Formats: sequence, structure tokens, C-alpha cells
Amino acid sequence: MGTAKVTDSGATLPAAPRRSLLAMIEELLPKIVLAPTTLAAIIFIYGFILWTAWISFTKSRMLPRYDLAGLYQYVKLFTNDRWWVACKNLLIFGGLFIAICIVLGLLLAILLDQKIRAEGALRTIYLYPMALSFIVTGTAWKWILNPGLGLERLVRQMGFTDFTFDWLVNPEMAIYTVVIAGVWQSSGFVMALFLAGLRGIDDSIIKAAQVDGASLPRIYRRIIIPSLRPVFFSAVIILGHIAIKSFDLVVVLTRGGPGYASDVPATFMYTFAFTRSRLGFGAASAMVMFCGVMAIIIPYLYSELRTKSDG
Amino acid sequence: MRLKWSKLVLVGMLMVIAGVCNSFAGEVEVLHWWTSGGEAKSVAVLKELLEKEGHTWQDMAVAGGAGGNAMTVLKSRAVAGNPPTAAQVKGPQIQQWGDEGVLANLDEVAQAGNWDQLLPKVVADVMKYEGNYVAVPVNVHKINWMWANPEVFRKAGAKVPTTWAEFEEAAKKIKAAGFIPVAWGGQNWQEATVFESIVLGVGGAEFYKKALVDADPAALDSATMVKCLDTLRMVLQYIDKDAPGRDWNLATSMVIQGKAAMQFMGDWAKGEFVAAGKTYGADYVALPVPETSEGYLFNVDSFIMFQVKDKGAQEAQKAMARLIMEPTFQEVFNVNKGSIPCRLGMSHKPFDFPAICSFDSFVATAQTGGLLPSMAHEMAVFPAVRGAIFDVVTNFCNSNLASDKAAKRLASEVQSAM
Repeated sequence: MGTAKVTDSGATLPAAPRRSLLAMIEELLPKIVLAPTTLAAIIFIYGFILWTAWISFTKSRMLPRYDLAGLYQYVKLFTNDRWWVACKNLLIFGGLFIAICIVLGLLLAILLDQKIRAEGALRTIYLYPMALSFIVTGTAWKWILNPGLGLERLVRQMGFTDFTFDWLVNPEMAIYTVVIAGVWQSSGFVMALFLAGLRGIDDSIIKAAQVDGASLPRIYRRIIIPSLRPVFFSAVIILGHIAIKSFDLVVVLTRGGPGYASDVPATFMYTFAFTRSRLGFGAASAMVMFCGVMAIIIPYLYSELRTKSDG
Repeated sequence: MRLKWSKLVLVGMLMVIAGVCNSFAGEVEVLHWWTSGGEAKSVAVLKELLEKEGHTWQDMAVAGGAGGNAMTVLKSRAVAGNPPTAAQVKGPQIQQWGDEGVLANLDEVAQAGNWDQLLPKVVADVMKYEGNYVAVPVNVHKINWMWANPEVFRKAGAKVPTTWAEFEEAAKKIKAAGFIPVAWGGQNWQEATVFESIVLGVGGAEFYKKALVDADPAALDSATMVKCLDTLRMVLQYIDKDAPGRDWNLATSMVIQGKAAMQFMGDWAKGEFVAAGKTYGADYVALPVPETSEGYLFNVDSFIMFQVKDKGAQEAQKAMARLIMEPTFQEVFNVNKGSIPCRLGMSHKPFDFPAICSFDSFVATAQTGGLLPSMAHEMAVFPAVRGAIFDVVTNFCNSNLASDKAAKRLASEVQSAM
């Protein structure tokens, strides 16, 4: 402000620098405001990814070491039994979790979209689990699924003494209990996504199809569901990252057990890096996870974003 | 004016006195994870003793994760070049910190306090890095206890076992009578606790040392180890199917309530029986895990001291090390915590059962070589090796893995983790 002077006559002296300064500030303001966050993101996200990558090529144990040791940790990782169990579990959990959430969410959304009564109340009920943290969901389901406390005991007390539902304590089935709890928590959210998508579809297209004599299932199959494509995209991305970072749910529900039968890469990484003083080994598993995510996300993003810009 | 001068002189003198005092008194910052009732009370005793000598105590308690969270804090502070004065670290991890070259040498205090005579050699060795004392032991827990409910044994017409053959016989009767023979907590550290007790009993002290202290692959993949695993498999037939994930104290309460006959757990299980208002002898008994009456698996908590520059802090650090080993603290702390002093030759009087039995066998086994560090409780091997053993044992407990295959895997996983 100090650069502009007002003369006695009231005319402003060179107004240009004042305006240009303001303009400059105005132009720079977004950059200045965003700079700290950008800097933080560069250091704390990308910088630390690089740091983790470096550590994964060292023999770091309790504390970080910076002498490179090649693929030492990766060789150990890929010969570790428990790592493969964790990877297999992530595939089972991720695949089922995403698929069931989408199918269930879409079905609920379509049913809710039939202009039914009390839709608002129903919508809230289905969306409500989303308000809980995975810790709460995990603890509640742990009790429900515990054969000695929950469902199995309840049904047996009702007279069906042969009833067994012991997935939680069965090493073969434990990972599926994580799917159950995850789906319970997230399918309502997916429903909300699809409902918003359904409401965004132009009614006139559907009416035109009806005039042409298309049946309702056919309208859904040929017109409505294909036009929900962007919603599928968002749902897969969101559910995919929930699946890969799933840590709290597993820790609370099964503790990775029985044994390590329901371990996932995230819990695996934490165990080895932080409780077993194998920092380099943990970093290697984190990098493999990272590459796994990239391998899935990049082609998907690429194809989706390209079609969008083409259309 | 004169008044003013005299005031000035007075202030000056006070400052000098304060300065002199300062050079002797210092501050210790202590990182630990004793945050629950009895433990917090025990730590407060040390704080009081230090403050009586004019030092200040800055408490840095990090709860959670059985010390895991505290270790994470300690590592990040050490990497940042700002470690606390003292930290609760035990077992082979002391050696890892020694390798970092950040620990203070406590030999002076140890010599003055005659630690070499007061501590059993196995315990003293854990506290030393390259022959120098770098850590102070606080207490001793005994791991290989078996807690039993005599009422259940009576009802089943069985006898409390002292060998694994007797165990099998008793367990059969207990199962037939409709009770759960063994209260089992299906978490990896609890499974490993039972496993190491079996190795000590079935394999003997010599074998235990080779397999679980030296982590010798030849011992891990041996006929003796297969025999130990067979015994573990036999015990696993007498647990209930809801065991996976069960906390140790819930397993203890199964014994207290008379649903289960026995539990294999360290001496801290006693606290649960006391809290439930049970009396020793009538409601519960504690015996060594079958075939381990000649052995003693110990878990010793200790503090390591970091190098500090400040003279006052160095003095405070030495005072802390000295006070920890003195009988006053050892007695009060261990009575509160339910463990026994690691210092030999202390009075048994203030302690009750089973700490009192623990005393005698601690002294006796220190002579015979039966006194051995616990693998499951981070006393024997590096965390990476311990983790590898945990993985195989928990996998063995939760699958149908054959004993000979498990022994092979023990050897290979341990080698890969080293």
C-alpha cells in the first residue's frame, strides 16, 4: 500500500503500480496459500515414499541404516511363508469386499429408488454403519461371531444344538469374517454413491425407452447401469484403498489370527517393522504393497480418464 | 541503602548455594510402560527415592502394545539424537542399543554396589554389553508356572500332574467329566510361553539353551524338538475350540470359575486369583509346568541408561542405577508388582506365595544352570528371531502341521530372520 500516494488535488498518482501489486498478490495468493500444503505433501508423502524405498534396499534392523544391500530384504520377503498368506488374504478380502459392496450397494440403491415411503429413514439406517469407526465395527462383530458368546450360542439356545458358525476361530475361514464386517460397514456408503448417481440420470431417456417398449430389467441393464459407470469408478477406487489399508479392522476382529491365518500386508508390515526390529524387511513389504497398488490403480485411472476426455 | 546492599549480598549468596546444589542434583527423564495400577505404584517408589536425594524425575510413560509403543517412541528419539536419560528395555535388545554406541557405562556404580556378587551370572550377562554394565535389573518373573483348580481335579477324580504322562492321564479324566482340561489363550505369545516351558521340560536345560537361547538350527530341527512339538500337539487336544484370540486373563478366569482345570502362565496370573478373592491352597494351587521343577525361566525387566552430557544428569543417572539395586527399592517394588527381587540374599518375609517358592528355586537353579532366560518374554533371542519362532509355533497350534515339518520350518525361518 505504501507505493501509492494521493495528491492534494485528489488525483491518484501512478495508479498502475498499485493495481499491478494488487493484481500480483491476487495472482500469487492461491499459490502462496497452497505452498505449505504442497511442500508438506512433497516431503511427508513423496519424500517418505522415497525414504522407505531406500530403507528397503538396506539391512536396517532396529534403527535405519543407509548402506545399500541390494535385494537382500526382497529375497527374504518372497521366501517368507507368512507374507504369502498375507497376500492371499488381501486378494480374498479385497476381491470379495469390493464385489459384494458394489453388488449390495447397487441393489439397495435401485430398490430405494423406487419412490418408496420413508426413503429418508431407510437411507439413514443403511448409511449409519459408515459413521462408526472400524474399531467399533470390529469389536462388535468379534462378539457377534465368537462361537461361545454370539450367534452360534444364540441359535443353539433357541434349540438348534447342531448349529455351528465358527469362522472366527477357524483358520480356513477367519479372513471371511473380515469380509462380513467390512461389507456391513461399507455397503451403505456405496448405496449412497449409487443413489446419487441414479438421481442424476435424465428421466427423459428412461421415458423414451419406456415408450419404445423396453421392459424395466432391460432399461436397467442397458441404460441405467451403463450410465453409472463413473460411480463404479469412484466406488472401486474408494473401496480399493479401504481394502489395501485395512489394518484396524483385522487387528480388532481377528488380530491376524488364528495363528497368522488372517494376516494382511498392512498388519504384516507393522509387525515386522515396529515390533520385531526388522525395519528394512518391513520397508520391503511396504514397497511391494505400494507397487501392487500402483499396478492396479495406474491402468485403471489411465483408461477411465482417457475415455472421459475422449467423450 | 545499606538494606539494599545486604539484600543483594543475600541474593548473591543464595545464588551461589543454588549453583552448588545444582551441580550435584540433576534431572532424569525416564521412559517406561508401567502404567497400570500396581506397576504405576511401583514406579512411584523409585521416583520418591530419587527425589529424596534432590534429583528430579521427569516421567515419560508410554502405554500400550506391551511396550511396543514405548519402543517406537524411544527409537524415534534416539534417531533424532535426543534419547531420554533412562528407558525400560530388556533382554537382547540391550545388546542392540549397545551396538548403537549410545549407552552409558555403569561399571563404577556396579563395582561400588558389588553387583557381580549380588546377581546370578546369567542375569548379569544380560545387563552387560561387551563386559560392561549398561543396564540395571529391576525384578524377576518366573514363567513356567501351572495354575490349577483343585476342585475340578477332585470332581474329575484326577491328580494334579507333575509329568506330561500324568498330565495326559489327568486331562482325559477331566475331559470325560465335562470340564475343559487346559484354559488356553490363543495368542502367539501365550502359545510360545507354553511351548518354551515344554521345551525346558521335555528337552532339558541344556537343549533349551541350544535351541531357544543360541537359536542353533541343528537343535531346532532335531529329534528332541520333534518330541517337544509332539507333546505340544498332545496338550492342544485338551483345549476348547473357542481359544483363538483369547486374552490370558480370560483364560485365568476360566480356571477361577471352575470351567477349566489348569492354565500355563507366568507368576502374574496370581493377581487374577487374588483379585477374585480366592485363597491359595483351597481355591487354586500353583506348580511348575510338568517336568520343569528343576528349571526356572526368567523374565527380568531392566532400565538402560543413555549417555548424557549434563553433569547433574550424570549424577542423577548414577543415583538412579544405585537406588534400583538397593534392597529398599527391590523389596517395595517387587511386593507391589508380584515379582521377586533379582538381587540375591534378600529377606523372604514381605513376600507371599508363589513369590516365596520362586525365591528358593531362583537361588537353586542359579547354581545348577537351570536358570534360563525366557524366549517368549524377550529375554533370550533378538526380536526378529523371536518373531520367527512365534510364527512357526502359532502356525503349528492353529493347523495340522506335522511335528517334523514344524521343526524343519523352525530351523529355516530362524535362519532367515538372523
